[in-house]
Amino acid sequence: MFRPEGDGNGHGKGPGEPIPQPITTNGGPKVGVYVCHCGLNIAGTVDVAAVVAFASTLPNVTVARDYKFMCSDPGQELIEQDLRDGLVNRVVVASCSPLMHEMTFRRATAAGGQSPFYFQMASIREQVSWVVADGEDATEKAKALVAGAVRRVALHEYLEPRTAEVRPEVMIVGGGIAGIHAALTLADAGKHVYLVERESTIGGHMAKFDKTFPTLDCAACILTPKMSQVRSHPNITLWTYSDVVGVEGYTGDFTVRVRRRPRYVREDLCTGCLACIDACVHKQGKYTDEWNEGLSKRKPIYIPFPQATPALVVVDPEACIWFKTGKCPRPCIDACERDAFDFEQTETFEEVKVGAIVLATGFKTFDASRMPEYGYGLYPNVYTSLEVERLLNAAGPTSGEIELRDGTRPKVVGIIHCVGSRDAKHNLYCSRVCCMYSLKLAHMVKERTGAEVYNFYIDMRTPGKGYEEFYDKILKEGVHMVRGRVAGVTDEAASREEEGHLVIRAEDTLIGSVRRIPVDMVILAVGIEPQPDAQDVRRMFNISCGAEGFFTERHPKLAPVSTFTDGVFLAGACQGPKDIPDTVAQAGAAAAEALAMVDRGFVMLEASTAFIDPAVCAGCHTCVALCPFGAISFDRERKVAVVNEVVCKGCGVCAGACPSGAAQQHLFTDEEIFAEIEGVLAYV
Amino acid sequence: MNATRYAYYPGCSGKGVGRAYEESLLAVFEHLGAGLDELEDWNCCGATAWPSVDEQQANALAARNLALTEDRSPNGDPVDLVAACTGCYRALVRAETVLNERGPAAEKLGGALASIGLDYEGRARTRHPLDILVNEIGLDRIREAVVRPLSGVKVASYYGCLLVRPFATFDDQWNPTSMDRLVEAIGAEPVDWPLKTRCCGGSCYCGGPVIGVMPEATMQLSHALLREAKARDADLIVTICPLCQFNMEGFQDRMTKRFGHPHDMPVAFISQLVGIALGIDEKRLGIHRLLRWRLPEGEPATVGGGDHVPA
Amino acid sequence: MQTIEETRTRPTTQPRKKWRPVKDQSKFEAQLDPGFAAEIAAEVEGGERLHQCIQCGTCSSVCPLSAYMDLTPRRLVAMARAGARDDVLHSVSPWVCTSCFACTVECPKRIPITDIMHALRRISLREVTYPRRFITPVMTRAFVDMISSRGRSTESWISLKLYLKTRPTELLKNLPVGSRLVQQGRLGIRRESIRGREDLRTMLEAVAR
Repeated sequence: MFRPEGDGNGHGKGPGEPIPQPITTNGGPKVGVYVCHCGLNIAGTVDVAAVVAFASTLPNVTVARDYKFMCSDPGQELIEQDLRDGLVNRVVVASCSPLMHEMTFRRATAAGGQSPFYFQMASIREQVSWVVADGEDATEKAKALVAGAVRRVALHEYLEPRTAEVRPEVMIVGGGIAGIHAALTLADAGKHVYLVERESTIGGHMAKFDKTFPTLDCAACILTPKMSQVRSHPNITLWTYSDVVGVEGYTGDFTVRVRRRPRYVREDLCTGCLACIDACVHKQGKYTDEWNEGLSKRKPIYIPFPQATPALVVVDPEACIWFKTGKCPRPCIDACERDAFDFEQTETFEEVKVGAIVLATGFKTFDASRMPEYGYGLYPNVYTSLEVERLLNAAGPTSGEIELRDGTRPKVVGIIHCVGSRDAKHNLYCSRVCCMYSLKLAHMVKERTGAEVYNFYIDMRTPGKGYEEFYDKILKEGVHMVRGRVAGVTDEAASREEEGHLVIRAEDTLIGSVRRIPVDMVILAVGIEPQPDAQDVRRMFNISCGAEGFFTERHPKLAPVSTFTDGVFLAGACQGPKDIPDTVAQAGAAAAEALAMVDRGFVMLEASTAFIDPAVCAGCHTCVALCPFGAISFDRERKVAVVNEVVCKGCGVCAGACPSGAAQQHLFTDEEIFAEIEGVLAYV
Repeated sequence: MNATRYAYYPGCSGKGVGRAYEESLLAVFEHLGAGLDELEDWNCCGATAWPSVDEQQANALAARNLALTEDRSPNGDPVDLVAACTGCYRALVRAETVLNERGPAAEKLGGALASIGLDYEGRARTRHPLDILVNEIGLDRIREAVVRPLSGVKVASYYGCLLVRPFATFDDQWNPTSMDRLVEAIGAEPVDWPLKTRCCGGSCYCGGPVIGVMPEATMQLSHALLREAKARDADLIVTICPLCQFNMEGFQDRMTKRFGHPHDMPVAFISQLVGIALGIDEKRLGIHRLLRWRLPEGEPATVGGGDHVPA
Repeated sequence: MQTIEETRTRPTTQPRKKWRPVKDQSKFEAQLDPGFAAEIAAEVEGGERLHQCIQCGTCSSVCPLSAYMDLTPRRLVAMARAGARDDVLHSVSPWVCTSCFACTVECPKRIPITDIMHALRRISLREVTYPRRFITPVMTRAFVDMISSRGRSTESWISLKLYLKTRPTELLKNLPVGSRLVQQGRLGIRRESIRGREDLRTMLEAVAR
C-alpha cells in the first residue's frame, strides 16, 4: 500500500524513506470517473448526468459518479472509498483545472492507497462550461475530454517521488542592511551563514546616509549595532573585500567560489587603530575617495569610515607607491604595533558548499551626468542627493557642514525630484524613495544652513507609515513646494537678482504661473538603478532580470523573495527600488524562506522529469543548449545527452525539441499524449 | 407645562425682512408655554460683514449681547439666549467659543466688556429656536398640541449653511434632521433631498442678488435649490433664516426668466408651518407677509370635532 | 483610420480671440513677497495651518461659487504661499465668497479657509486693492459705520445709501421688490438705534488694534 502520509503529489515523509510498491492490479487498469457539478459552474451548462452515463460506457471504466463539489471532503471521500474497496485503481476527475485542484485529487488518490500519479484531470470548467455557451455543444465537448482522459490514465506509469538533501549552510551575497538583517536572522536560528561583501566594509548605502526618514534616526546609530553583531556572531563567517566568482551545483547543494582580494594587512592582526594611515608618506589624500562620492581625497592606505566593519585598513595597490615603483620606506609598517602588514598577500579563493543563497546585492544611483540639462558636472554647485548625504554626515568630507564648492554656505537651495525616474528617456519607473529623502534633505539643509529651500516635484509620494505626517511636518517648517518638473538648470540671468546664481525655471502648476527661482545650490534627487554588473551576477546564479534590470522574483505579489531557481532568494533593492523598512522586511522574508528550506532538510524533486533513451539519442546536442535550467549535460564517452533529474523541472522543452524522440518526459510520453488525442477524436 | 421664558435675540432682520419669522416664533413659543422675551437694548451681532473689517470687534459686538443676557438673570444660573437668525446665531456662538477658550483673545474681549461695566461669566448660552423646539419643548409635546395635522403636505426642510457650519451644536453637520423631525411631528411629510445645507447664496452683503455683485452666481444657487425641491415633489420649502427665505422667495420671477425654468415654490419659515398645525391664526404667524403661500388642496384638518378647515 | 471630421463630435463654440500682444508673465522670485502667507496666518486663528495645505482642491470642489471665482480657493492659498501678494489682493474671490463655511468643514488639513477669506478682505480694504466700482466694500463700510453709530442696522436705509452711492440706476430696477417688501411690512423706515450707543463705541475702541 502506498503510505498516504504525504501530500498526494508523491511527497513522502523524508529523504531516504523507502517508498513501497503500489497495489498490483489484476486485470489491468480499473478507471473511476468522477464528474463534478461545481455548483452551477459546470452543471449549469453541461449535462453532468449525460457525461456520467457516457463515461460508464468507456473502456476500462469500472465506476462513474457525479457529485456537487468533488474538491470537498465528501467528494474526495468518494474517490478514496472506491480505491480502498478495490473498485478502481486509476482516477479521472472531470472538474476545474490542474492549477486549481490537481494537488487535491492526487492527495486523495494517495489517501486511498494508490500512487498519486495514477490520476488525470479533465478540465470541463475552464475548458468547457466557462467558454462554451450552448449546453449541447458543451456536453459533447465534456464527453470528448473525459474520453481522452480515460484513455490516457490507463497508460500512466508509476513514478517514484524523490528528495534531495539540503545543506544547512546559507550564503548571503551583499552586506548592506538587507544582507545584514538576513544574516542575523539566519544565524540566530542556528544556521551557519557566509556573508560576502564586495566593499571593504559592510553597511552598504545605508552606512553613507546621515539621517533616515521618517524618524530622522541617525543611520549609523541604528546600523552599527547590527554591523558589530554580524562581526561577532559565532555563526557568521564574514568575508569583506570579496566577491563571488562562480556558482555550481543545484538546489540544496550549491558550490560557491569566492575570491578574497588582498588588503595587504592581516585580518587576524589589524585592530583598526589607523596609525598606519597617519604614518603614510602621503601627507594628504590624493586619490578619489569613492566612499565620499568623490568629494574628498584619500591616501593609498585608508579605511572607508571610522565605524567600518570589519575595522581593517585597506591598501590600494594602484595608488600605493610601493606597488607602483617599489621605492617607499613604508613607514606604515613601522607604525603598526601589531606587525600586521603583509605586502606579499595575493588574492585567495574559497570554495564553500551551501544549501541556499540569498542575493542582497543592492543598487546604484542614477548617474546624473546622463542628464546634462541639470548641469551636473557642468556647474560646480549641482550635487546629487548621495553627495549631499556625505556632506551632511559628520564623518563626511565637510564634517557635516553644507557648503558650496567655495566653502560658503548656500542661502537658497533647490531640490529637484524624479531625476532619472518616471522618464521615458531614462527609467520609466518611480524610484519610490526620492520624494521622502528629498523632504528629508529639505529639512536637514534648512536646519543646518537656515537657507530657503524649494522642492520641485511632480507628485509627492509618501505612502509608508509615518510618511504623510513627515510631509506635514516639512510643510510646517516653511519649505517651499513647487509642483512642476524642472526641465533644466541654467546660469543665464534674466534679471539683476539672478546674476551669480543658478536659476531653476519651472511652471508652478498649482498657481498657474511660470516661476524663475535663483538658487545657490541644486540637489538632484537621483533614482535607484540596478547594480552595473547585475546581468553578470544573475547569470552566475542562474536567475533572470526584468526589463529594468532588477532581479526577477518568482511572482510579483505572491512570491516576492524567491526566484525561479529554487534555493536562490532575493532581498532588498536588487529586486526593485525600496526604502529601508521594506528592505528589512524583505530580508527577513528571504531569510525565513531560506530557513524553511534548510530546516526541512530536503527538497522534493519534480516527478515528471525528462529522460533520454541512450539507445535512440543521436548526440545532436539540441536539448543541451535548449534546457533553461542547465539540467542536461553531454556524456562524451557514450556520446549521448543525460538529464540530471535533480535539476530538471519537467518543462518539456527537450522532449519537444528532440528530433529523434529520444528525449521524453515522464507523464507526458508520446504514448500518453497520443492516447489522449485519440480519446478526444473518437468522440468529436 | 413648562413655563420657561427665554431671552430672545431678534437680530437686525427680525423686524425687517424676517418679520414673519419673529412673529411666528413668538406665537408658537407662547402657544407651547415657553415665552420669548426680547433682550433689552440688544445690538447688532456683526454678522458676516464685520469680520471683513475687524474680527475682534465683531466678537465684541456679539459679546455685549451675551453679557446683557447674563445681567438679566442675576441668580447665577445658566441662561439661554435664543437667536433666531442663523447668521446671528453663528456670530454669537463664535463669540461664546472665543470667550470660553480663555485665551488672549478672550482676555481682550473681557477687557472691552469691562470698560463698559459688563462681564461674561460663561453662563449665557446661545440657542437656536429649532433646538429648543425639538430638544427642549420636545416633539411629543408638539405632537400633542397639533390640532391640524398637515397630512399629505410634502415639505422640504432647508437648513442653510450657518446652522451647521462651522459649529454643529445640536444637529449633525452633514445631515441634520431636526427640522425634518419637526415636520413629521406636525403631521406633514418631510422630503429627503441632498441640498438641505447647500448655500442659497443670500449671505449678508456679500453677493445677495439685490445688492451683490454677482446676481448670476447667487441666483444660480437658489435656483438649484428650488428646482431640486420641486423635482422631489415638495409642496413648499421651510427655512430657519430670514435671508435664505427672502433670497429664495423674492426672485423666483427673475430666475424663471433667466434660467427658463418655471419657479413658483412657496418658501416659509418652519415656525409658520408649525403655527398652522397648532391652529394659530394665520395673521399672527405673518402668513400675509409671504409673497406666495398655499398648501396642497384637500388636505384634511381637524379642529376639535373633525371639522374641515379650508386651506 | 477616421478622419478628423468623423471623430469630431461637436464644433467649437467660442468666438475667436482678438490678438493682443502679451507680455512676459513669469513670476520672478524677487517680485514675490515671502512673508505674505505668514502675514495672513497671523490674522487668523489657526491660520498657520495654511502652510500645511497639500493642494488637494477639496475646497474648490465644495465651494458653491468656486466656478465664478478668478482664483479658486485652492489656487488662492497656493498663490498666497508663493508670495504673489498682488494677484491675491486684487482677486475678486474673497468678495464672491458667501461665507458658507463648506470649505472650512471639508478641508482635510483643517485650514480655516473662510476666516482666511475674511482676512483677505480686511487686508484688501486696508490697502484698497479691491476691484474698482465694486459694491461690496462700499456696503461693508456703510454697514460698519451704521452699526458703530447706532448699534443696529436699518435695512432700508442701508440699501438706499448703497444704491445712491454706487448704482443709482439699479434702484429703479429693484423698486418693485422694495415696495412689495414695504407693503408686506418687511421694510421699515424707522431708524433703529440702541440706548447704549456710547458704550458700544467705547467697547469697539477697546478691542481695536
